[in-house]
Amino acid sequence: MVQMTYRDALKQALRDAMTEDDSVVVIGEEVGRYGGAYGVTKGLYEEFGAARMIDTPISEPAIIGAAVGAAMSGLRPVAELMYVDFIGMTMDQLGNQAAKIRYMFGGQIGVPMVLRTQGGTGRSAGAQHSQSLEAYVLHTPGLRLVMPATVSDAYHLLRQSLRQPDPVVFIEHKALYTLKEEVDLSAPPPAWGKAAVRRTGDDLVIVTYSRQVHHALKAAEELSKQGLEATVIDLRCLNPLDFDTVRQHVERVGRVMVVSEGVMTAGVGAELSARIHEECFDFLAEPVIRLCGEDIPISVSVDLEANSVPTSQAVQQVAARLLAERSAA
Amino acid sequence: MTAPIETAVADRAARSNTELLPLYRQMRRVRTFEERVGELFVRGQSAGSMLHLSIGEEAAAVGVASLMQEGDTFTTHHRGHGIFLARGADPKRMMAEIGGKEEGYCRGKGGSMHIADMGLGHLGANAIVGGGIPAVVGAGLASKRAGKGAISVAFFGDGAMQQGILYESMNMAALWDLPVVFVCINNQYGMGTRIEQATKGRALHERGLAFGLNAETVDGLDVREVRAAATRVIDAARGGTPGFLAIECYRFYGHARMDKSPYRSAEDEEQGRAKDPVQFARAALIEMGEADSTHLDALDQEIAAEMDATIDFTIAASEPPLNSMFRDVYAPGEPEPEAVAARIDRILARE
Ligand SMILES: Cc1ncc(C[n+]2csc(CCOP(=O)(O)OP(=O)(O)O)c2C)c(N)n1
Ligand SMILES: [Mg+2]
Repeated sequence: MVQMTYRDALKQALRDAMTEDDSVVVIGEEVGRYGGAYGVTKGLYEEFGAARMIDTPISEPAIIGAAVGAAMSGLRPVAELMYVDFIGMTMDQLGNQAAKIRYMFGGQIGVPMVLRTQGGTGRSAGAQHSQSLEAYVLHTPGLRLVMPATVSDAYHLLRQSLRQPDPVVFIEHKALYTLKEEVDLSAPPPAWGKAAVRRTGDDLVIVTYSRQVHHALKAAEELSKQGLEATVIDLRCLNPLDFDTVRQHVERVGRVMVVSEGVMTAGVGAELSARIHEECFDFLAEPVIRLCGEDIPISVSVDLEANSVPTSQAVQQVAARLLAERSAA
Repeated sequence: MTAPIETAVADRAARSNTELLPLYRQMRRVRTFEERVGELFVRGQSAGSMLHLSIGEEAAAVGVASLMQEGDTFTTHHRGHGIFLARGADPKRMMAEIGGKEEGYCRGKGGSMHIADMGLGHLGANAIVGGGIPAVVGAGLASKRAGKGAISVAFFGDGAMQQGILYESMNMAALWDLPVVFVCINNQYGMGTRIEQATKGRALHERGLAFGLNAETVDGLDVREVRAAATRVIDAARGGTPGFLAIECYRFYGHARMDKSPYRSAEDEEQGRAKDPVQFARAALIEMGEADSTHLDALDQEIAAEMDATIDFTIAASEPPLNSMFRDVYAPGEPEPEAVAARIDRILARE
């Protein structure tokens, strides 16, 4: 076990993958000499050189497209998109090319690439640098989607992503880079796509992922002081989705809250809520409650930004109310 | 070309040699404003650290903006404070926006990278590299239809020279003979990447020529030269020949406030900063006998006081009210998005 930041765990995963497999290359803006806009790749240029840490001009569609071609040609590229907010620019290469090549071409070839990017609020970075756009990816068949919340998952899931036969979009959270936790680098990796149950309780299930896992856990600790015990499920992969774990706990507890930083409408929360209603209807004591980002852009104002997405207080309050209404009923 | 434009052009040419003092004044205002933005950040009063100072690029901003007229429109990149100020912005409202305050140009929603003012024709700064460029094609279409001689100018950095959208936009502007100008402020860097590391095509204006634009490259040290080149390009654009102007300068400081530029050498910075358009204009004024240093010191102090006041204004300004969060997602009068909390209230309140 070592103490490590989320940022360093990602770097270690890249380093180990590159050491193990010569075909792994990193390609993106400022990934080499600069060391990454958030410092994730710092030092790797010195270790692996310019041929494997490939700095690019500011040309997002071509970066992702080049990664697609490289992946079809024997390399295992990790393309970095500096902010998930730029994904729209690359959506053709990602959605029409990377995601569909295996299928359109009748299974002749896959696109084993990883698109690493980061999203979320927390830095007053404004409307075009603070979004949570995972729903765009989840809505595209053919793309895998990973969103690690912990340092251990940052390491192990990035390693796992680099072993997948299909394109993986790996979305980090910009507010987690300095998170420091214990990690066992030599532990066997978690089964691909398996959710993690971070806490178990009998009163409520909170289904979430990425930074909101931490908000949910903090809220659960507070609720515990009031005698209310929550189960917190960290999905960590949204595609593949481990619905079996969700089902198992929903059926056991009967009350569910889905928490996501992405906007409410047609977001990941909507998909989860729909699926829980469809598949676990008979076990639900109450409708699923979604606590998600507001259906608005993110402001640069510190106050407006902070209140545009779920906070741990909001998770706690809504959960407490959900359970209070329940006992009153 | 219409008569009033010709007159304006002749007028400008006649004045061009005696206009350095007002240009100096505008450049000093930009420089001092940007220094105060740095101070706002250090004092913890800015909304975040993604503040991109245009120090070193004053001649580019002032040289072009000083030729723009009422009715003209423009878009900028993320390093656009100087351009907007030179075009006539109120520095207090700019600073308040940078602080994320209600009194700012965009009521604290946009911030430094998304500042805009329709009153001055500022169609918006942009945090997407290249994101603001194609809008000038549309604005150019509208101006052409209106037939009043207005132009639309896209300002962007050398980084955007490698974005495909620029080429789509230049091609359309040329194809449709639009009154549009593309201005590339080449400060030699895009974050830590020097332009040589981003492209082998270093004669940037040749790309404009390739599409049939009226294109040149000018050095960004002497604001009079920038203005002369911009006059040629802008006057042609008013007549329906779109243009491209690359302005060569140097990014004096880090990319944003947290960047200490470890990727470039002290000599590189020293050499780059020697190319200081504000100091250059000051020296030229003194040399030509148009102003003495006492006069210029007084002017600088007056500007310092004006810009100091922007910080006080911002600190005293108010946070946007929380419920303003839902305003302006859609047009006034349209229903606002329902707050998540309100939705949950309704669900929990049901029998
Ligand atoms: C589409 C897009 N890609 C990347 C970024 C991240 N980024 C912000 S500014 C910048 C460098 C831009 O360089 P340049 O265009 O030369 O402008 P400068 O900062 O030098 O004024 C980069 C890569 C972004 N904001 N948008
Ligand atoms: Mg630049």
